[in-house]
Amino acid sequence: MKKIKLKKGEEGLSHIPNEELMSLYQTMVKIRGFEERVSSLFSDGLIPGFLHLYIGQEAVASGICENLSKEDYITSTHRGHGHCIAKGADVKKMMAELFGKETGYCKGKGGSMHVVDVEIGILGANGIVGAGMPIAVGAGITAKTNNKGQVVIPFFGEGATGIGYFHEAVNMASVLKLPIIFVCESNQYAEFTPRETHLPVKTIVERGGAYGIESFLVNGNDVVEVYQTMKPIINRVRNGEGPFLVECVTNRWSGHFEGDPQRYRPEGEIDEWKKNDPIKNFRSILTSEYHIQESSLVSIEEAVKLELDEAEKFSRESPFPNELSTLEDVYA
Amino acid sequence: MLIRYNKAINNALREEMQKDSTVFIAGEDVGNAGGSFGITRGLIAEFGSARVIDTPISESAIVGMAVGASSTGLRPVIEIMFMDFIAVCFDQIINQAAKMRYMSGGQMALPLVIRTQGGAGLNAGPQHSQSLEALLFHIPGIKVVMPSNPYDAKGLLKTAIRDNNPVVFIENKALYGMKGEVPEEDYTIPFGKAKIVKEGIDVTIVAVGQMVNKALAAVETLENNGISAEIIDPRTITPLDTDTIKQSVKKTGRLIIVHEAVKIGGVGAEIAAMIQEDIFDYLDAPIQRVGAPFTPVPYSKPLENYYLPNENDIINAVKKICVGRQFSFASH
Ligand SMILES: Cc1ncc(C[n+]2csc(CCOP(=O)(O)OP(=O)(O)O)c2C)c(N)n1
Repeated sequence: MKKIKLKKGEEGLSHIPNEELMSLYQTMVKIRGFEERVSSLFSDGLIPGFLHLYIGQEAVASGICENLSKEDYITSTHRGHGHCIAKGADVKKMMAELFGKETGYCKGKGGSMHVVDVEIGILGANGIVGAGMPIAVGAGITAKTNNKGQVVIPFFGEGATGIGYFHEAVNMASVLKLPIIFVCESNQYAEFTPRETHLPVKTIVERGGAYGIESFLVNGNDVVEVYQTMKPIINRVRNGEGPFLVECVTNRWSGHFEGDPQRYRPEGEIDEWKKNDPIKNFRSILTSEYHIQESSLVSIEEAVKLELDEAEKFSRESPFPNELSTLEDVYA
Repeated sequence: MLIRYNKAINNALREEMQKDSTVFIAGEDVGNAGGSFGITRGLIAEFGSARVIDTPISESAIVGMAVGASSTGLRPVIEIMFMDFIAVCFDQIINQAAKMRYMSGGQMALPLVIRTQGGAGLNAGPQHSQSLEALLFHIPGIKVVMPSNPYDAKGLLKTAIRDNNPVVFIENKALYGMKGEVPEEDYTIPFGKAKIVKEGIDVTIVAVGQMVNKALAAVETLENNGISAEIIDPRTITPLDTDTIKQSVKKTGRLIIVHEAVKIGGVGAEIAAMIQEDIFDYLDAPIQRVGAPFTPVPYSKPLENYYLPNENDIINAVKKICVGRQFSFASH
């Protein structure tokens, strides 16, 4: 296990080009904006089902996917909106899918937990905890076969390390030396159960060590740290090393799903985390330390709002699928 | 007293735990959180964390633990949060729980209950909405219970807990809020005893789980058309009360089987086969099955509505086989 700890302003922080900083900021703002938007649409009854939001964790997906291209693969989870947006998914098609509309990514068949975009390497959000990891192993075999330096990133929560899938996938990836970076988002809860109740170890990186893979612990609320930690690891994987494991320590602000009143959380805990808002923190560093103009950030925020307005309009106006389409797409 | 289906289950658990100190509960979020659907609410306060165990997300180990504990003297009642997740722990259910007694030449008894919930209607998507009872129905060595109302839920769960065999107890998420009359005093409902929900003379409708209520909803329309339907709720599909079904068909000469699961390879196919094998001569018309189309459960509202069998599907099936002068449907 190896811990990389970068301080602000140190080691190459200044080497992040402005357009990448802006892109990171844009992704984070877009994820937050998307989640807040769909949360309110859910309250209005326009989005049904189960909605697991990513608010509070934006730095993880953003910092990681900034280093990826559409040739790379990710597998995601029930809490997948952030991963998909960061990987470049079209928010119009995502939102329309949540509405259950014909124009959605999955033509209304999947919903929030099943967003897929094969073209840009999103192999699927997933309703089964841990199930993305062995699928990522398979994508790792493909990447290795292609030999073009593609990287595979399965996202999962710390709760998912309780399921056999995690252990089997990490072990197999390690044995087969696959180009995979297992990314654990430790957001401190699995549904309504705090990590101490279901995890006998302090960190998930210890578990990576048990399978003989180099593992890193990062502050998942610091997008710069996530980005800078991932960059060299991803390069190593592109050059034939791997697998690795990265644990990003973060927190979710919203309930496990929309409608969860979070009675199981100690008083004040969420407020504490909110003080450590990954987006606010990054924004203030951008202006104070990277000397990005306030006006540039505002224009990003406005552009994102516009994009989400359009996505909402598109989703509202799109037709529901014809009921007979229920019978389509069962087989290729 | 008038209580809801979810409360009836909670009461059965509480009463059995009070009565028998070997009964314990385990599963994800069942303790402090009181269960994802609130079914185990209050139990940890009364019985403590040694008898109401919050587990990691480890379905295989949860079922395996029930196999081990039940074969060594305890009576575990474990929860698999969504029926869809039995796919994750199928080995422990099919190769272990279902076979231990037989393989050991009758040495072992496995008094374990797997409580789970299935069914569509909440836009939970393809991996959180399935009705998979037919998979279990196909396996000798486990009993399968499908309560359609609060009274049955309580009485059948008590029987399940007292039974010395592995029992899968399938709740229906759409029924959790259903109210019904449940006696205060202790009662049990024997397995393998179907309930004649409504007597009739023209057609027998065997309906499973939630579909019992859909069949009841069809009764009025049928009666307005001069058709008297007999509705049978098997309550347990293993063991199946074939006698009650046969007696009814001998009287009516017509049979329709309704379940929410996909029609192909469903429980209805077995019931139809059994009836034609045993009492073919009593049939006045072909047996009809009403079930979901052969597709996963879609997410989008109109698609899920199309997918789910409803009272119109039942009425149409009746219409198809109740032809002749005595039925007013014949004119259509
Ligand atoms: C195999 C399986 N078991 C249980 C669940 C129900 N479930 C959904 S999310 C969740 C908690 C997941 O926790 P974690 O992996 O830490 O991810 P987080 O929700 O914190 O993002 C559970 C138990 C599931 N979807 N799949």
